[in-house]
Amino acid sequence: MLDLTYDAPKPKVIAGATGDWELVIGLEVHAQVATAAKLFSGASTQFGAEPNSNVAFVDAGMPGMLPVINEGCVAQAVRTGLGLKAEINLWSAFDRKNYFYPDLPQGYQISQLYHPIVGEGEVLVEMGNGTARLVRIERIHLEQDAGKSIHDMDPAMSFVDLNRTGVALMEIVSRPDIRGPEEAAAYVGKLRQIMRYLGTCDGNMQNGNLRADVNVSVCRPGDYEKYQATQDFSHLGTRCEIKNMNSMRFIQMAIEYEARRQIAILEDGGKVSQETRLYDPDKNETRSMRSKEEAHDYRYFPDPDLLPLEIEQAWVDDIAASLPELPDDKKARFMGDFGLSDYDASVLTAEVANAAYFEKVAEGRDGKLAANWVINELFGRLKKEDHSIEESPVSPDQLGKIVGLITKGDISGKIAKDLFEIIYTEGGDPEEIVEARGMKQVTDTGAIEAAVDAVIAENPAQVEKAKANPKLAGWFVGQVMKATGGKANPAAVNELVTRKLGL
Amino acid sequence: MSDLTKLTIAAARDAMRKGELTSADLTEACLGAIDEAGALNAFVHKTPEIAREQAKAADARRGADAPSLNGIPLGIKDLFCTKGVPSQAASNILEGFKPEYESTVTTQLFAGGAVMLGKLNMDEFAMGSSNETSCYGDVVNPWKIDDRNLTPGGSSGGSASAVAADLCLGATGTDTGGSIRQPAAFVGITGIKPTYGRCSRWGIVAFASSLDQAGPMTKDVRDAAIMLQAMAGHDPKDSTSADIPVPDFEAALTGDIRGKTIGIPKEYRMDGMPAEIEKLWADGTAMLRDAGAKIVDISLPHTKYALPAYYVIAPAEASSNLARYDGVRFGHRAKLAHGDGITEMYEKTRAEGFGHEVQRRVMIGTYVLSAGFYDAYYNRARRVRALIKRDFDQVFEAGVDAILTPATPSSAFGLGEMAEADPIQMYLNDVFTVTVNLAGLPGIAVPTGLDAKGLPMGLQLIGRPWEEADLLNVAYSLERAAGFVAKPARWW
Repeated sequence: MLDLTYDAPKPKVIAGATGDWELVIGLEVHAQVATAAKLFSGASTQFGAEPNSNVAFVDAGMPGMLPVINEGCVAQAVRTGLGLKAEINLWSAFDRKNYFYPDLPQGYQISQLYHPIVGEGEVLVEMGNGTARLVRIERIHLEQDAGKSIHDMDPAMSFVDLNRTGVALMEIVSRPDIRGPEEAAAYVGKLRQIMRYLGTCDGNMQNGNLRADVNVSVCRPGDYEKYQATQDFSHLGTRCEIKNMNSMRFIQMAIEYEARRQIAILEDGGKVSQETRLYDPDKNETRSMRSKEEAHDYRYFPDPDLLPLEIEQAWVDDIAASLPELPDDKKARFMGDFGLSDYDASVLTAEVANAAYFEKVAEGRDGKLAANWVINELFGRLKKEDHSIEESPVSPDQLGKIVGLITKGDISGKIAKDLFEIIYTEGGDPEEIVEARGMKQVTDTGAIEAAVDAVIAENPAQVEKAKANPKLAGWFVGQVMKATGGKANPAAVNELVTRKLGL
Repeated sequence: MSDLTKLTIAAARDAMRKGELTSADLTEACLGAIDEAGALNAFVHKTPEIAREQAKAADARRGADAPSLNGIPLGIKDLFCTKGVPSQAASNILEGFKPEYESTVTTQLFAGGAVMLGKLNMDEFAMGSSNETSCYGDVVNPWKIDDRNLTPGGSSGGSASAVAADLCLGATGTDTGGSIRQPAAFVGITGIKPTYGRCSRWGIVAFASSLDQAGPMTKDVRDAAIMLQAMAGHDPKDSTSADIPVPDFEAALTGDIRGKTIGIPKEYRMDGMPAEIEKLWADGTAMLRDAGAKIVDISLPHTKYALPAYYVIAPAEASSNLARYDGVRFGHRAKLAHGDGITEMYEKTRAEGFGHEVQRRVMIGTYVLSAGFYDAYYNRARRVRALIKRDFDQVFEAGVDAILTPATPSSAFGLGEMAEADPIQMYLNDVFTVTVNLAGLPGIAVPTGLDAKGLPMGLQLIGRPWEEADLLNVAYSLERAAGFVAKPARWW
């Protein structure tokens, strides 16, 4: 397998009035665990159900009700940890995070502050041009999601929907290793890709199944290196946390805005105050939500309703053995085995379904050609019609046959496009269609020669002009192709035209 | 009133098995006794329809092989959620709350044929040692001196009073720091708190989750064994419930304790302990010695830190457990003024719904868990707890089978007597019992004598974890030796 190496990308620099500033970003990504039941109850996690229909007594915080851990959620967290090359803690524990809110029926969220299930890991985030940022993961812990408060249904009352209450989340906490808005978005994208490969989170940001709290601070060039040398966070400046972002685009815009806001304060001689902020996409600005002084005292303590979570190494090993090939490995293999470019390999491995489709097309065929056809023709066409790969009317077997026909010289690239269109709209077996509709490329030089002779004989004036200006030979080639219905081998036609015109 | 209600569970069971008694008659006798005992304020919600229905079903099952509790009328502490029946933990904040579910313990009791007479009074959210914090008012001890109303103890005061006054044959209790054993001692009955994890907590309103345990309160040790048998067992719905087989507790009652080693902890001999309690303890020790047990002096050196540690841990957990009573989904919600928001709703609802003692403990708990104090209080208390547990572990490892201590520092005191006292004075009632909860051990209170005023006093036996059978047998031996048969004179 290819061993891909990358250089670190340059941090984003913003030029201020008093000099350059660099950005420092750390993310807390909340990923909804893909499971049928909630973290501590048997209630369904189905999105879009009638309000308050997926609620067990324990989810509603009824008196005397007790949480019982869902083993499936634990397995998914372990799987995610393994996918992020992280340390799995065989002993972890749950803590209560106490605060009052109507969509938090127990009055506390069960989380893992002191002993998370997953420890340190890492994610490689490619940034193009041979660069990639290695982002360190500090921890992943399991916790309950809250419900939903709805304030705009009635002028006087608020409503609460507890369907999401108690759904399992993985909070993936990064180190402050991200150095620009694009890197932040790419990092979220990479996590999403890995978790979709693993099947541990569907990554649906619109439904809120993947959300991020973004910590942003600014520092002067050189400060970050001081932090790296000393692990002293004070070099990184005072951070603000932008809560609950569920769009890659907004993450970038919010970071950009927030960095400039902090720079403006610092350059005015002010101090950034540590606080929690909210991003308003309509106005493209962040606004203070609560200051450090107003921050909740969550009174964390070990949840006495739950025993420590103890898992066995053998169980972790079983999960490890069941992991699929992950994006980085797949990409390296595609580049090595099929000779694909970095770009093509990235596109094809972005989604596991795309990669699987490509592999079927490329199997036993020209990988590069297969990649071209999958990326340019198939993806292009699917995108135009807003179809997913799963909805493709062209199967990998059909597209593979088209690629095979091109490689064998049976059809030209141009004919292949027509054939693709036929398969896309009408279906059928490409090889049979080529035969039945006489689309095979004419490689019989006798037949081509006759056609060339005919065109030359019919156009004496053009022949004279071409002899004076050899560039006009192309016109004869075009006429021959037309006469043969595009089926003549263009290379053979070209060669014959040149020879017959004596050019 | 007939004498039927004076029967023990074992006697009623045997009579029913022989066909000499019906549950219907027994249940009617209890319902009648309850109706006449309004002055005790033990039952806060009567369920005669359910009781008659269950009695009828029990009589239909009557026979030599019917389960032990078949047709036995019981009272249920209000802390247990009982389906469709008010379950308020004696708190205004759960006003009108009728659960859609039945606690595991009561489910098991009723599956075993038990009859529910109603819900029993208690201290609000099980916080109290005198049953004076209930939203339903004080429970009165059936024992009296000089016409003074006495406390039955708490928090399971209603259960204690009801069993002592023969309103029911047995009752469920819960014990977080002594709430079964102290009231049992105050009214002259038997009460056992089993090993933490022996009975499911599912469906019992939580006070302090790491300490709460359900247990029976009965007229004698045999009944405690019978009732605990039905209450105990692994429950997958409670992660802290232990998947350990439940032995036949009644079969363990041989009364033979020859060769057993009983420890007498010196730290339980407190300054200012009444001479009567001293004597009770010495007498109990002698009884066990006479029965063939080996008596050894032991030391549990961290005992003196137990009460402070308990009053950090229990309120800490309570402050979190009681956060759900916010007026949003069930129970009481305060009337709001125009313009009031969610914060006002929380504040007014909780101010109106919780009584003073509950508010005090929620505040203590919130304080000890808050940033900056967590290590000094909560974490330190947890370390103390580990040391207390280690004290017991070492004693048991050294061969001690059970530990004998007083159950309470005094006999029952007058209702209202502590009203003006420092709350710590009330907390001192738990001084002999909290260690057992902190260590998760089984403990049983057995009545062994009367004081000079004629009030019952009890001793506590503490056993090895999961060895309730052995503990019950030692208690049985003590009970037989003490021969405590006194009953309160009926005045109600």
